[in-house]
Amino acid sequence: MSMASSLPDARGHFGPYGGRFVPETLMHPLQELTEAYMAAREDPDFHRELQELLRTYVGRPTPLFFARRLTEHLGGAKIYLKREDLCHTGAHKINNALGQALLAKRMGKTRVIAETGAGQHGVATATACALLGLQCVIYMGTEDMRRQALNVFRMQLLGAEVRGVEAGSRTLKDAISEALRDWVTYVETTHYLLGSVLGPHPYPMIVRDFQSLIGRETREQILECEGRLPDVLVACVGGGSNAIGLFYEFLAEPQVRMIGVEAGGRGHALGEHAARFASGRPGVLHGTYTYVLQDEDGQIALTHSVAAGLDYAAVGPEHAYWRDRGRIAYVSVSDREALDAFQLLARLEGILPALESAHALAYACRLAPTMPRNQILIVNLSGRGDKDVQTVADWLHREGTPSP
Amino acid sequence: MSRIRERLEALRRTGRKGFIPYLTAGDPDLETTARLIRALEEAGADVIELGIPFSDPIADGPIIQRAAERALRRGTRLRDCLDIIADVRRHSDIPIVLFSYLNPLLQFGLPRLAREMAVVGIDGVLATDLVPEEAEEFRQAMGAQGIETIFLVAPTSPDERIATIARSASGFIYVVSRTGVTGTREQLSEAMRPTVERVRRHTDLPVAVGFGISRPEHVREIWRYADAAVVGSALVQQIERHAGEPDLVERVARFAQWLKTGAAETPD
Repeated sequence: MSMASSLPDARGHFGPYGGRFVPETLMHPLQELTEAYMAAREDPDFHRELQELLRTYVGRPTPLFFARRLTEHLGGAKIYLKREDLCHTGAHKINNALGQALLAKRMGKTRVIAETGAGQHGVATATACALLGLQCVIYMGTEDMRRQALNVFRMQLLGAEVRGVEAGSRTLKDAISEALRDWVTYVETTHYLLGSVLGPHPYPMIVRDFQSLIGRETREQILECEGRLPDVLVACVGGGSNAIGLFYEFLAEPQVRMIGVEAGGRGHALGEHAARFASGRPGVLHGTYTYVLQDEDGQIALTHSVAAGLDYAAVGPEHAYWRDRGRIAYVSVSDREALDAFQLLARLEGILPALESAHALAYACRLAPTMPRNQILIVNLSGRGDKDVQTVADWLHREGTPSP
Repeated sequence: MSRIRERLEALRRTGRKGFIPYLTAGDPDLETTARLIRALEEAGADVIELGIPFSDPIADGPIIQRAAERALRRGTRLRDCLDIIADVRRHSDIPIVLFSYLNPLLQFGLPRLAREMAVVGIDGVLATDLVPEEAEEFRQAMGAQGIETIFLVAPTSPDERIATIARSASGFIYVVSRTGVTGTREQLSEAMRPTVERVRRHTDLPVAVGFGISRPEHVREIWRYADAAVVGSALVQQIERHAGEPDLVERVARFAQWLKTGAAETPD
């Protein structure tokens, strides 16, 4: 673990990536947040409170499920699913939302803001704020509000105010910009509860730490049922929090291969996908230096994915680091492959995965048949797909009936 | 000594204060931006801040966000912004500072940018999302061509950060009058004066104050404590309102003059 646990360095760098690229107004608040987090990390009371909530409220540990019929169908490696979709609120996002909301409370903040793309982080944040009695404002692009109308209503039911963002592409990128503008204005009273391993230091570290229990549980569970470590881990990568959450525990195990799956969207042209490692290059977006989809002038590109949670122009800086080091491989799958995997899992295992998670699953479907039957492949099923039923229905209506 | 320092020192020697208008390059188009710079100089500007449009301006309020969108829709590129300054320089010696987000500058290439800025005659640069801790390479590239690197100080900056910023900055220090984004305001923030006073304890560099400066009385109030006032959104709003009108440039210049001199008549 030594190689991984020393990152990021004191200034928030993962090799050349990460750091703090923000207006001066946010520098001191980021420093205060770092100090508060470091203190909480050493405080057994903080851990006890969080552990108790994760167990009794979130429902952890989540199961590691052997997907027998899917394994037989694909005819290769044994496929296990880490069932983050069974977390309270339906995705891994709650792990981080609860951790940061507890931290906000500890810092004496009374108001929490967050961005959301698919709505899962917004719902998780609204839930944590309801539970802990914090005021909550969620920024969401109006295009995403249209795509994820059910989650908008869920957040409102949970007592959050959802503010639509009309700027730019009206998706996650614009929601983060608007959340940063709010934070820079109301920074005295407000904690910005960022939902992925993105943004300025310390966010990529904090979110990774709060999500890394996914990998710790997975290690214990696979050792219990198979008596050995897995051969391959697969997870989807938007910002990359569920992926780093699963991978982090295994970084120092050279025999475990790790694959992050980006959104290939509907084509290779800029604007048609969100595969940052396929055609992005290093740059600065939203406070961090990492791979960014951009034009030759450094203007941030529009992105497309059928999965709102993967539809973002930058990737977490720690992913950029491990990619350059060759430790984690990154691939992409198209909208169509993700939708096919969504339907396949529904029919073979009775599970509707989130369209984000369906990207990881789609790649597993490609890879598993090429692996021997005695090998083990674990997919992080980061969220459930109830929120996506309308999107899938619209797609099938356009593209024809469900595949047999 | 750079044009920026020369101008601000000259003001200081003669007991006067500076007026620094901000424009988004390419709003409504680059040719008009060049004419606006010359008109603002005649209207009494001491330094021009030239905003480079960026797709995701996290420190800007709606007025400058819309200006950047308009400029980008017209295809404004950093390369072209540099070219219009070469053109402006044939008639004008006014100090010019690029005001940008970091990414367009990074992608242009920092050493190349510094060289070309020096060639066309741009004197300084301020990247809104660049703080001294991350600016080592940036400052070296700019310094090698005699370009000043200007940094922000905010009301939230503790004294030790102000000391770091003062050590890293050249040209002048830009004090953000309040926590928040750019935009017009009815009233100045009370945080402004103590922040300026704290900066003074750490540096002799001139101090400019910006964000929310919308009226002549704001300018006058800032001049009591600081060396210069920066006006952005209020001017950009005039451009937005009157774009397409034949007397746009004259109107904006009159508005700038009103802000600087506080003439009784309020332009619309």
